[in-house]
Amino acid sequence: MRSYIIRRLLALIPVLIGISLCIFLILQLIPGDVISGLLGIEENPELRAQLEKKFGLDQPLFKQYWDWISKVLRGDFGRSFRTDKEIFPEIMSRFKITAQLTFMAAFISCLIGIPLGILSALKRNTWIDGIIRVIALLGVSVPGFASATLLILFLSLAFQYYSPVGYVGFFENPSINMQIMILPSIILGTSMSGSVMRMTRSSVLEILRQDFIKTIRAKGAPEKVIIFKHALKNGLIPIITLVGMQIGSLLGGAVVTEQIFSIPGLGLMTLTAINQRDYPVIQGCVLFIAFIYVMINLLVDILYTYVDPRITYK
Amino acid sequence: MKTIIGIIKELIKDPMGKIGFIGVLVIIILSVLAPIIAPYDVTEMFTQDKLTGPSSQYFFGTDNFGRDVFSRVIFGAKVSLRVGIISVGIAASFGLIFGVVAGYFEGKVDNIIMRFMDILFAFPSILLALFIVSVLGPSITNTMIAIGIVNTPVFTRTVRASVISVKSMEYIVSATSIGLKPKNIIIRHIIPNILAPFTVQATLALSGAILTEASMSFLGLGIQPPDPSWGSMLNESRKYMEMAPWLVIFPAAFIIFTILSFNILGDSLRDVLDPKLKL
Repeated sequence: MRSYIIRRLLALIPVLIGISLCIFLILQLIPGDVISGLLGIEENPELRAQLEKKFGLDQPLFKQYWDWISKVLRGDFGRSFRTDKEIFPEIMSRFKITAQLTFMAAFISCLIGIPLGILSALKRNTWIDGIIRVIALLGVSVPGFASATLLILFLSLAFQYYSPVGYVGFFENPSINMQIMILPSIILGTSMSGSVMRMTRSSVLEILRQDFIKTIRAKGAPEKVIIFKHALKNGLIPIITLVGMQIGSLLGGAVVTEQIFSIPGLGLMTLTAINQRDYPVIQGCVLFIAFIYVMINLLVDILYTYVDPRITYK
Repeated sequence: MKTIIGIIKELIKDPMGKIGFIGVLVIIILSVLAPIIAPYDVTEMFTQDKLTGPSSQYFFGTDNFGRDVFSRVIFGAKVSLRVGIISVGIAASFGLIFGVVAGYFEGKVDNIIMRFMDILFAFPSILLALFIVSVLGPSITNTMIAIGIVNTPVFTRTVRASVISVKSMEYIVSATSIGLKPKNIIIRHIIPNILAPFTVQATLALSGAILTEASMSFLGLGIQPPDPSWGSMLNESRKYMEMAPWLVIFPAAFIIFTILSFNILGDSLRDVLDPKLKL
């Protein structure tokens, strides 16, 4: 197992180099250049030369990449063009907020998706199955920003409820923090739950068709044991893969929900940097998010062995 | 192989397939006939009628500039569908080329192509699209390019997997043994036989592309005003939604209707074209 993890981590190196190269090269495509954007109308050759030297842009491309990546490896993501603050500590503090949102959303998604998925499989081709499948389809199809906007509208018109303005950390005031985080988590969680429901249904149905289930049933095992001990446990792998991928993409892709609810997470930080054309911050955020995404996928792979001991990594 | 009419017939036998097919048809008709159906120009401002509720004059009311919401929503369908089709077209074309080359020739070429796709896969899709647009600048063309790039790896993987499975079939082995050139084998025998998963992927990718465009426009990085886009309409109207809820309800309803229709159609199409994958 340990050697498998080491091998997988080593295999990640070329992918991570590729990702960093990709981010670095895409930023070279900026029409005009970063310095023109910074200087605006104050453009003059002297100032330009000074700034180019400051940011190392007067160096050859390969040297620029090498300087950047060797700093990144030491945890130095550089400083923001706009605020001059160090980027990495900012990313870490924003990441905590996004991680809380993501895990709350994943919890809600599993809480809704797995039981309804099982129920749908057990009641296959009945009206209950029909309703659950429609709910799942709606979950997959309703964009988070549309449901969030409609939910905010509904709560304000029907109950005059407005979620608290501003962000308060969980350890500062858990109650207000929960009030702030619950709506976005519900929105993300319900929209994720559609896929979880569909995956659970198909995966449980697939397992229920297998011979070993027929044998267990013939031996007189209660239905509860068949479902939870055998069918669900064996059908968990695709569900774990899906939830893992969802967590990975939410850690960087919850940008729309964070924007709607003004949650100062990593997504909102990236979006603000994009709007302000703050390229070092964009570069840092995108690299960090891609790294987390790749690591979560690896974690999901490793988790398989705990769920299904038949899987061994040699 | 099934003909298009045969597929449609089979599709509408299933109630869900029928709903999806009709839904998509309605969106296509609305977007094609938008200039005829829309009663007003999308940028025309009736300043005396700002934030007016739905009426016989303005079916979906007016916005804060006094523009007709119905006309903008209908033209929004045209924009969404255009972005969806072109971006999926870009992704499907590159995905087909890369996937066929990787799957057919395997070895080093396969390794290089697929590692590159792994890199693109390592980014959450909306983030990669936003990143590309942030570099190229927000515009309708760049939105299409960004969504096209983001979707390319999915097509490449789907096509590659299908090519590898078709390649081991006896008729391909026979075609190779009688000395047919790879180009001919690919065009005459492989591509026609991987069209089923490819079409299903394209239909599902369409709803994803429309959703990504709407999300990007919602964030202000997709279609730029005054061009109508459901995402930007929703975003612009959030400030007024309590006094003018119609500004939010109609674009949201159209986004949901469109994505739902494409997803239902995609699901049913998968059942018709690739029954092995039926859930």
